[in-house]
Amino acid sequence: MEIGLNHYLILSTILFAIGLVGIMRRKNLLLLFFATEILLNAVNIGFAAISHYYGDLTGQMFAFFVIAIAASELAVGLGLLIVWYKRHGTIDLDTMTSMRG
Amino acid sequence: MFEAVAFYLFAFLTIAMFYITVTTAQALYALTALAAGMIFISAFFFILGADFLGAVQIIVYTGAVMALYAFGMMFFDTTRDVKEKNGNKFIVVSLATLAAVMIVAIFMAPIVSTNMQAFYPAIEGIGNTQMVGVVLFTKYLIPFEVAAVMLLVAMVAGIVLAGKKMDLSLTKMSAAQIKEIEDKDKKVLS
Repeated sequence: MEIGLNHYLILSTILFAIGLVGIMRRKNLLLLFFATEILLNAVNIGFAAISHYYGDLTGQMFAFFVIAIAASELAVGLGLLIVWYKRHGTIDLDTMTSMRG
Repeated sequence: MFEAVAFYLFAFLTIAMFYITVTTAQALYALTALAAGMIFISAFFFILGADFLGAVQIIVYTGAVMALYAFGMMFFDTTRDVKEKNGNKFIVVSLATLAAVMIVAIFMAPIVSTNMQAFYPAIEGIGNTQMVGVVLFTKYLIPFEVAAVMLLVAMVAGIVLAGKKMDLSLTKMSAAQIKEIEDKDKKVLS
């Protein structure tokens, strides 16, 4: 059976759905970060598949920039997380109510 | 044939790994499963002929990002089980599926409706890595430079946020002590 663009897009959708489920059910901020990485990777698969099936390199370029953004987001986010943990001793979302939200 | 076998094998493995990542109660299992899933995803890039992207995926994600996560987890208490939000599971799953289908529809709508033309078509006889280099350093030079500046800013931010007062635990200090240290910092800076 020939593997077409739709196969990759369906796979990308499934992985994106898994990431969204992770974001909605996790309370620990570190595991929320994991779920974000899953989302970004799912999108990368879609970009690479479209790039391959249309013979165009633009999709791969966008995937590179997505990887760069993911790396910088992680560096800043993990730094903030460490500072928060040092001050409050927990990284659960429910404890972050200092803004009375 | 081999492409189909490889696709289904790695699709199954990737979905299984990411499913473990979002469902397990142990943070270490989640980290390991995520690293394995990242490596399996790079297999898709190799199948699709994006060799350089696959190599970057392995180096950046499983090399740098996972190492950074593992390093960050040393600061947190990861041995205890992770508490979960116990909401309605049906709502969560249906919302996630709906959002994912909508996003794919949004991205696919322009592709399905018109005939897409390749901006930078791949040239025969030139490897993927060479082609990526040519396109990245001609057409996408400005975004490339901006991404470099962004990574530099992120690096500085990470060092400033996590690297300060590594010998002290702000958790165990009272608010007055923290304020005292911050005042001392201000004097040094001004």
